[in-house]
Amino acid sequence: MQWETVIGLEIHAQLATKTKIFSGASTAFGSEPNTQACLVSLGMPGVLPVFNREAAKMAVKFSSAIGAELGRRSVFARKNYFYPDLPKGYQISQFELPIVGMGKVEIVQENGDVKVVGVTRAHLEEDAGKSLHENFHGMTGIDLNRAGIPLLEIVSEPDIRSAKEAVAYARKIHQIVRYLGICDGNMQEGSFRCDANVSVRPMGQEKLGTRAELKNINSFRFLERAINIEVDRQIDLIESGGEVVQETRLYDSVKDETRSMRSKEEANDYRYFPDPDLLPVELDDDFIADAVAEIPELPDARCKRFVDELGLSLQDAGVLTSSREMADYFETASVGNDAKIAANWVMGEVSAVLNKQGLDIADCPVSAEMLGGMLKRIGDNTISGKIAKDVFEAMWNGEGSADEIIEARGLKQITDSGAIEAIVDEVLAANGKQVENYRNADPDKQPKMLGFFVGQVMKASQGKANPQQVNALLKERLG
Amino acid sequence: MSLDQSDIKKIAHLARLAVDETETAELSDALTRILGLVDTMEQVDTSGVEPMAHPLHMAQRMREDVVTETNLRDKVQQIAPAAENGLYLVPKVIE
Repeated sequence: MQWETVIGLEIHAQLATKTKIFSGASTAFGSEPNTQACLVSLGMPGVLPVFNREAAKMAVKFSSAIGAELGRRSVFARKNYFYPDLPKGYQISQFELPIVGMGKVEIVQENGDVKVVGVTRAHLEEDAGKSLHENFHGMTGIDLNRAGIPLLEIVSEPDIRSAKEAVAYARKIHQIVRYLGICDGNMQEGSFRCDANVSVRPMGQEKLGTRAELKNINSFRFLERAINIEVDRQIDLIESGGEVVQETRLYDSVKDETRSMRSKEEANDYRYFPDPDLLPVELDDDFIADAVAEIPELPDARCKRFVDELGLSLQDAGVLTSSREMADYFETASVGNDAKIAANWVMGEVSAVLNKQGLDIADCPVSAEMLGGMLKRIGDNTISGKIAKDVFEAMWNGEGSADEIIEARGLKQITDSGAIEAIVDEVLAANGKQVENYRNADPDKQPKMLGFFVGQVMKASQGKANPQQVNALLKERLG
Repeated sequence: MSLDQSDIKKIAHLARLAVDETETAELSDALTRILGLVDTMEQVDTSGVEPMAHPLHMAQRMREDVVTETNLRDKVQQIAPAAENGLYLVPKVIE
């Protein structure tokens, strides 16, 4: 039988506020356990939540970025369940009236076609603490530093039809929240978490199959793996006469399997009700306008501009706009320079060294301005592209700006035709045999043979001769 | 709508309340009467009435995103039943 996969994603993005959603406790990552767990985070009796303005602002930005209907009036509700990392016995979330309503994002499928994925809603809620299960003589350790950090839970429509599409959608949301600066997107540290609701149904069937919810996915690669494994499991199960049970399953990346989370098998019955400690949130025009005014150019628009105005290919523009930092770096470096050459440098040399050293572009020792300065010297023929690689390496090693390095190392390209002629003649005189071979060779083979002489001339000039001039002159002399 | 004893057990479990067998009959009667009251209220025509999220007709005030809390760990952990290495300890929960 032909099966169709149906996927919806729930993404929890930790908002990059300085303080928690309902208290003035710090949200800094990596602090000593419980040093950022104030009385509100601890759920002490008698404390009251006070809502963080910045969290509302960030939600407004997200709403605008996905063209959603903003919930100008939203209501906090209590989601009741018992777990030690949630000391109050309820999580403050939003239920009937979320802050972000229906919106959509576009993803590019494998075949290059654009697909629209609906975003059902996004709501604000507080994160829970962390449980540490090892090494406490049979007890569980609880760290409540994370409790109360604002989350934006972004829920997609069940529009996704494959693991690859799920990854494309998750990456798109990731890109948007990072561009907006509302989430750092760090999946390892848990700032950006994906749960996948996965079901299968016979191709052509309208009714949705029973879904399983996959949790514990902390990379895009694992998202793809976990979905594919779960889809195979469900199909095998149904084809061998079994039935899919609605449940939460954990993805285990070591064993590469999903398994049932027995502790949550009990039917979820959260008994939501409006939180009497919090009034409805009402956002006025000024508040919304202020938030929207802070939204930078978003990736899709920027990508289109790079294609339309700078003449880059769609693929290159896509790579360069994958993160805001990279797009900013490229744009700064390309000012006054050939955009295509700048793009090749950023995607080539710069990215290669960054990858090799495990650095982010924000930490690149060669600033965008420095790279731009070097590109100018390529543009005005002061140095060749080949010499530029040496200059780049020297800039990386902190030897100064391109101009300083070119000066100090005497790397200025030789464009004086007299000087080049002298070197060419010298090389030809020293390689009489090769000259003779060249002249007797089949004209088809000559271009390849010319490379030898070009190489010799470049070597003799220590790479500084202008390659175009060398080529032209050699052809003239040998012809 | 009426609640039977298994409903009571379920509600008690969700709220982590220890309700013993002798109490369930009485509680199911009491809760069923409350639901009866709700049924009566549901007969009122509420079309055009916005659901009330809060009895106060005010909007939530918002706080600036500034750290105001300090580290209270040592004080608070003194009143915790068990703590170690800065962590609160609870009976083991296994995922």
